[in-house]
Amino acid sequence: MAKHSYSFYPGCSSQKAASSSNYQVSVDTMCKELDIELNEIPDWNCCSASIGYAGGGELPRLALSARNMALSEEAHPDQDIVATCAACWLATRETQERLNDDDELMAETNTALAEAGLKLKNDKKVRHMVEVLIEDIGYEELGKHVKKPLEGIKIAGYVGCQTNRPFGIAGESFENPKYLDKLIETVGAEACDNYEKKVSCCGGALAFSEPEKSQALIKDIIESAYDNGADMIVTPCPVCQMNTEVYQDQINATYGTKFKMPVVYYSTLMSVAYGKSAKEAALNGQIIKAKQLEEIAGK
Amino acid sequence: MSNYNQEMIEKYRGNFLKEVQDNVEEGDWVKMCMQCGVCSGSCPLGPHWEHPPQEIFMMIRAGKRDEVLESSSMWMCTSCYNCIARCPRGLPITHIMHGLATYSKRLGLVPQNQPTAKFAQLFWDNLSKKGRVNELKLGLSLYFMNGIGEGIKKSLKMKDIGLGMLKTGRLTPMEMIGGHGCKDTKGFHAMLKKAQEIEEARIGKSGS
Repeated sequence: MAKHSYSFYPGCSSQKAASSSNYQVSVDTMCKELDIELNEIPDWNCCSASIGYAGGGELPRLALSARNMALSEEAHPDQDIVATCAACWLATRETQERLNDDDELMAETNTALAEAGLKLKNDKKVRHMVEVLIEDIGYEELGKHVKKPLEGIKIAGYVGCQTNRPFGIAGESFENPKYLDKLIETVGAEACDNYEKKVSCCGGALAFSEPEKSQALIKDIIESAYDNGADMIVTPCPVCQMNTEVYQDQINATYGTKFKMPVVYYSTLMSVAYGKSAKEAALNGQIIKAKQLEEIAGK
Repeated sequence: MSNYNQEMIEKYRGNFLKEVQDNVEEGDWVKMCMQCGVCSGSCPLGPHWEHPPQEIFMMIRAGKRDEVLESSSMWMCTSCYNCIARCPRGLPITHIMHGLATYSKRLGLVPQNQPTAKFAQLFWDNLSKKGRVNELKLGLSLYFMNGIGEGIKKSLKMKDIGLGMLKTGRLTPMEMIGGHGCKDTKGFHAMLKKAQEIEEARIGKSGS
């Protein structure tokens, strides 16, 4: 039996051949090394992220996350829910809080759930993978698994919004959380101490609907990483990763910049440092190649 | 829906704050705003709001119903939660903005071709069909949301990004035919339908 077992909510973008499937591959690699067992919530559904509000009213949106929690209670009664996606985590936690605060909403939600043969108790902990790493495993233990320290690589830790606000990680500040920098240092790389855009917004879902406005935000996030001497950016969020990686060519065309900044997940960094192959670390999922990590993984 | 708008105008007779409190998600909090402006100053898209959140709160209290509900402002919210984290009064500002957007949409007052309003609806339609988002169809429906001509132009502009995603295994043409989804779509749809019915009944009650 694994040392740590969780009821896992992967989310839409982590599915096979979806936009953050590379996140999932590296998370699986990292968890295997750390003896973390992720038990997928059977038949989970989308949480509607933070953009579901135009089509779905309050109750339909809450019902989405409630269904996932109810399925988790049924399948893995003694395990915390863990999500890797910032939006999944946030939506589920928000639902949990809203339903705990409002008995009427809770009753209505259960009436809706009954149509799917489900019932929600709503007594589980809903956690982000980063919390599992920091709180259940701990930096010291995380460091013990490092076989190839990422020496000589300078990394901007881009925490972004939804892994940080409104809930965030216990003991960290909203304005300058340190956990990502600590993770960077744990795997032997150097963190950019004064990365000004650490908790700035990339535009989130509005990168799709308001591309010009969002790309102006993304430009500043990448520029600040360059200004701080970063070789790459690391992030815990699928939307942050995608927005800061894939639009760099368009931003270059608009602003005359020459950005080519790799953006990786913490799980990719850790997998490489743990001595795993480029494939296991999902480096083949980088549109902008992380060459320094490829070199280390190939050694 | 415009009928519904008329009903609400008659019901609240100029008391817009009460209307917001009764009908907007987390609207009860609006009266707590002390006009410090931290929310507006913290918003990443602040300069693009016709009326930033602080102003919206004052306008609600001043009864500026049309100016608020017909504004594109709420649709500028990126859900970054900066305003929530910083508000000294603890107002759930992000949720209030989402709530105002939802309410404006119900009343049929959203500005025409508001891109985020359209995208958010596409997102909901996409996920509620099979329970999980189909990223390929979502992307395509976004590019073509303003017609074929603009769609082709937009698709060409996004071509390189799509190819990059395809090459790295982060997008698959298979989404076009089958695609990801829940197994129990029947239960999933029944649940959503019920939730919508309950919510509509609640709205009807406050609207009558």
